[in-house]
Amino acid sequence: MARRRKKRPQLLQGNEAIVEGALVAGCRFFAGYPITPASEISEILAYRLPQVEGTFIQMEDEIASLGAVIGASLAGVKSMTATSGPGFSLMQENLGFACVAEVPCVVVNVMRGGPSTGLPTNPSQGDVMQARWGTHGDHPIIVLAPSSVQDSFDLTVKAFNFSERYRTPVIVLSDEVVAHTRETVLLPDPEEIEVLERITPSMPPEWYIPYEDTSRGVPPMGIFGDGYRYHVTGLIHDIRGFPTARADEIEPFMGRLFRKISQHFHDIQIVNQFMTEDAEILVIAYGSVARSARRAVLDARGKGVKAGLFQLVTLFPFPRRDLEPFLRQVRAVLVPEMNMGQISREVKRVNEGTTRVLTLNRIDGRMITPQEIYERLIKE
Amino acid sequence: MAEVTKLVHKYLRHDKKFPHVWCPGCGNGIVLGAMIRAIDRLGYRKDEIVMVSGIGCSGRLPVYVDFNTLHTTHGRALTFATGIKLAKPELKVIVVMGDGDATAIGGNHFIHAARRNINLTAIIINNNIYGMTGGQYSPTTPYGMKATTAPYRNIEHAFNIAELAVTAGAVFVGRGTVYHARLLDKLVEKAFIKRGFGVVEVITHCHTQYGRRNRLGNAVAMMNWQKEHAVRVEKATEMSAEELRDKFTIGVLVDRELPVYTEQYNLVRQQARESIGR
Ligand SMILES: Cc1ncc(C[n+]2csc(CCOP(=O)(O)OP(=O)(O)O)c2C)c(N)n1
Ligand code: SF4
Ligand SMILES: [Mg+2]
Repeated sequence: MARRRKKRPQLLQGNEAIVEGALVAGCRFFAGYPITPASEISEILAYRLPQVEGTFIQMEDEIASLGAVIGASLAGVKSMTATSGPGFSLMQENLGFACVAEVPCVVVNVMRGGPSTGLPTNPSQGDVMQARWGTHGDHPIIVLAPSSVQDSFDLTVKAFNFSERYRTPVIVLSDEVVAHTRETVLLPDPEEIEVLERITPSMPPEWYIPYEDTSRGVPPMGIFGDGYRYHVTGLIHDIRGFPTARADEIEPFMGRLFRKISQHFHDIQIVNQFMTEDAEILVIAYGSVARSARRAVLDARGKGVKAGLFQLVTLFPFPRRDLEPFLRQVRAVLVPEMNMGQISREVKRVNEGTTRVLTLNRIDGRMITPQEIYERLIKE
Repeated sequence: MAEVTKLVHKYLRHDKKFPHVWCPGCGNGIVLGAMIRAIDRLGYRKDEIVMVSGIGCSGRLPVYVDFNTLHTTHGRALTFATGIKLAKPELKVIVVMGDGDATAIGGNHFIHAARRNINLTAIIINNNIYGMTGGQYSPTTPYGMKATTAPYRNIEHAFNIAELAVTAGAVFVGRGTVYHARLLDKLVEKAFIKRGFGVVEVITHCHTQYGRRNRLGNAVAMMNWQKEHAVRVEKATEMSAEELRDKFTIGVLVDRELPVYTEQYNLVRQQARESIGR
């Protein structure tokens, strides 16, 4: 890493920036299975991790990859995997395990066209709802969507910080365009970057109650081998970690699982606003489409249309509070996405009929261009 | 206090709500006993042991004992264990799986863990059935036997788990039964101290699900069956195929040396550091 320390512009692609972000955030374990368009992340980490005393392993499939990542995290090492749609589907079972057992880990899904083997080398945003609801059972989840190479770096660091701080899996939902675009970025000095570590127990082991509620809703995490012997399970458990079927133990546990995220919405929900202040029509976009939207907003402004961009950086928990004032302010919102309308459903859910919600969808493996968005903006 | 009782007190979790989930007479407790005795004899510290399991009656084993314990998802125990071992190689990672767990849903992970020679011990409790879910046939249910999902008869052919492990590259493979308790103790101990991927297949009975449906009698009758059908590997070499027809071998099937993954990866790290001049 020494040779990358100096703060100078670098030409990187999104996948490379994810690697840089992960290493700076302290990721020292990666398990994965090759898949386009995420393979570069594996390949570079296979090279880099052993240089910094870290570990890379190529597992037999994506189920195994996330299993190994969770295991490594339980042993105290910040861990990550990266995949694309088909592999992300395979990870869903263990993703739920990480939610319930509260194991920090980062899962990168570089979206490609689906369903099934779909369009391996084409962009898509088809996995938004899979990221939100892919694993079975009611659960909260954090999903971040980079729109640029710089974002890929910053949000990977953020993803690790959130996962460690809230003891939860965090999904970085990139897309093929962001992953493979090369851009010049200025990576900050590692010293300038906020890197958070999980809270571990400080009380004597005999006093440790592994799943006890705290004011933050996040219990300190015992690390295997550190003297805090406890039981970790995917079964719903009591505060000691033992399986329970008692309603008076299930309810507080599930409640805390949701509360530890909802209590920190202000920290987790990130949005970028561009020319929104006086906007009369608002584009709500994320990922690579937000780039096209930004250009379109500028062009529309040039034609006298008061357009603005509300970029969702955090997709879930959906940044409802930041969006709501605009729903009352504008005459319409436009939600362009490379799917049949997955985030627009969320927008409609929080809109509750306040303003008009317009959609712009593409599922032909092509990017949504600035021109397409611009044309809609000046027509409305 | 009897020695056994002392051991129980030393290793069982006192803050765990009992009773346990197993049927009276189930062999799982015998396997747990063998593991605890081996751990005690070898003098491992509780803190250095991680016991990992999958899902099934067998999967409930770790919850009762005072180690770092991890109850994973069905079939995936070895993948979690792989991550733990690579992240903290100084830990002693022991994996417990059922026959369905290890060779049906987890079959892929099993052969690959063996092939990689990850430094883990895998104890596979083979009761020839899916116990926990109510007696559906597993990859080790013998041909012709009955199960809730094979109400007429099972027409699939059973895996030989120990031989599968040998072929996949495990450096230590033993097979025992819950009837041959002393041999089981020895096999488990040998697997624990082995450097590399060690496997012990334990033949046991599920009288509740498998036994009852196939009229094999109670737990005692099924253990007697184990006694009558098990042949020491050493003795088997002197027996004819005809004599061995309805028998299975017990003992050490393989004990060999191959490069161990964690040690190999350390060499990779060294190479990687040198490549950047550190
Ligand atoms: C993905 C998944 N599929 C199915 C199940 C249901 N299930 C729980 S235990 C089990 C079989 C257990 O059989 P085995 O591994 O032989 O263990 P035993 O109960 O016999 O010890 C099954 C199918 C599950 N928990 N997860
Ligand atoms: S169902 Fe079978 S394997 Fe499960 S506890 Fe009962 S006897 Fe044991
Ligand atoms: Mg079984």
